[in-house]
Amino acid sequence: MDMLEIRDSHVYIGQTYVLKGVSLEVRHGEIVALIGANGAGKTTTLSTISGLTRSRRGKILFRPDPDTTQRDITKAPAEGIVKMGISHCPEGRQVFSDLNVWENLLIGAYLRKDKQAIQSDLQWVCELFPILRDRRRQSAGNLSGGEQMMLAIGRALMSRPRLLLLDEPSLGLAPLLVETIFEMLEQINAQGTTILLVEQNALMALELAQRAYVMETGQITLSGTGMELAENEAVRKAYLGAT
Amino acid sequence: MDGYIAQQLLNGLILGSMYALVAIGFTMIYGIIRLINFAHGDIVMIGAFLTLGLVISGKISFPVIIILVFIGGALMGILIERVAFRPMRGAPQVTGFITSLAISILLQNLGILLLTAQPRNFFCPDYLQTIYHFGPVSLRAIDLGIVVTAVVLMIFLVLLVRFTRLGMAMRATAENLNVARLMGININHTIMLAFAIGSGLAGVAGMMWGGKYGQIDPLLGFVPGLKAFVAAVIGGVGSIPGAMLGGYLLGFGEVLFVGLLPPIYSSYRDAFVFTTLIMILLVLPNGLLGRKTEEKA
Ligand SMILES: Nc1ncnc2c1ncn2[C@@H]1O[C@H](COP(=O)(O)OP(=O)(O)OP(=O)(O)O)[C@@H](O)[C@H]1O
Ligand SMILES: [Mg+2]
Repeated sequence: MDMLEIRDSHVYIGQTYVLKGVSLEVRHGEIVALIGANGAGKTTTLSTISGLTRSRRGKILFRPDPDTTQRDITKAPAEGIVKMGISHCPEGRQVFSDLNVWENLLIGAYLRKDKQAIQSDLQWVCELFPILRDRRRQSAGNLSGGEQMMLAIGRALMSRPRLLLLDEPSLGLAPLLVETIFEMLEQINAQGTTILLVEQNALMALELAQRAYVMETGQITLSGTGMELAENEAVRKAYLGAT
Repeated sequence: MDGYIAQQLLNGLILGSMYALVAIGFTMIYGIIRLINFAHGDIVMIGAFLTLGLVISGKISFPVIIILVFIGGALMGILIERVAFRPMRGAPQVTGFITSLAISILLQNLGILLLTAQPRNFFCPDYLQTIYHFGPVSLRAIDLGIVVTAVVLMIFLVLLVRFTRLGMAMRATAENLNVARLMGININHTIMLAFAIGSGLAGVAGMMWGGKYGQIDPLLGFVPGLKAFVAAVIGGVGSIPGAMLGGYLLGFGEVLFVGLLPPIYSSYRDAFVFTTLIMILLVLPNGLLGRKTEEKA
């Protein structure tokens, strides 16, 4: 059974009809990529899942673990959705620049009460991204773009999500750093976190993901395994720079 | 002459303490929901009358009254946020501003209706009226109480905001409402808390105001509200340390302006206040300690 299921979601932002009946599924343990041109509605899809944006029609269903019951989170408040195990790492990093690195990580664990486990998760995040430990007293606003990205991912992990929503982790980063971050994502996934990844860097995303969806102007137009889509003629033309 | 200046500086410290307390609430509320809360000064008035009521009604000691007035102000702030500002959330900034203006007028007129516009004498127990002399300067016990209470409250606030989980949530919410929600922070609670703390401090400032000037009336909130606004802007609106700094600078500046220039200028003190504001903003558009970033849309 699916972990996350979006059924025919219609979303308006102000007067703009942004999502025109989006349906997609994420299964337990997967990395699923969502690719598409600028303005297609990828970010909106993620914020509809995490409760920042409301859908006008459609359903969002979530099952944290394979043996738990499915819950309807369509109308749940954002803070309730975090609690259920979905963590949204927003577009453009958006770390709290008034907080230092350590506080940013701690606030990721805001809803948790298990002090000891929080400490061990801090260790875990710092093993993934050692730079964060070195910079822990520094204000997050003074970090480089790459460091902020790592902090944003680390912060999102601190809630111990079952499902991690990532919005363009490669945005504005040097290719080498993007490699590193994608390797980390693979590790995070291997350690049991399911990932829904929005990416402009379609090539890398399709390589990493087991399955992927292509979105155009508010609708899902293609879906398949990462490999299938990477070989798809239309995808190659539109997103992989093939001629 | 040195004694005279020292005395004026002391007066500035007292005035600045009250401005700072009111400015903190102003800046906290702005910092978190970008609301210029014109009704904030009227909480000062409510605090003053609440104090008077408590003093008249029984033998409650002043330290207890401080706590009760803080709670009273806080509840008032929560109520106003809940009924007036929360429904306006997400509306353009000017809508909130107009709403706050309406609340201000409402509170003032309710005050006049219930308490009449007649100024009332503010009672202080005798021990607060005792005058102490330190060399050339003298001060009343109540003045000392004002400064000490203000400083203690400000230390508490800074510790709360800097070092507690709740304070961290408040800073995060002030920086980015949506991302704060993604962390699981209930922003309605954080916003309510900002109103509660800010209004509680304003209530206590009202108690001080009454004690310092000896008379209170339902319109007294206007002046501290306006001055606190100026103090908050000078310090960098949104910044709590900025509000404290701005409050004290304004207190000192105002008192020295009146004290050092010939008496005929003293009626220009408010002109002085606003000239200072304009000059500071010309040089530092974000105030003294404000963030350099552009206003978020
Ligand atoms: N706050 C908003 N107000 C008005 N329109 C918006 C708003 N946010 C998004 N939109 C519109 O919704 C559409 C989808 O936006 P969205 O951010 O979801 O796209 P995206 O696929 O994430 O794009 P990108 O790759 O550029 O991040 C766009 O046409 C955008 O103009
Ligand atoms: Mg986007």
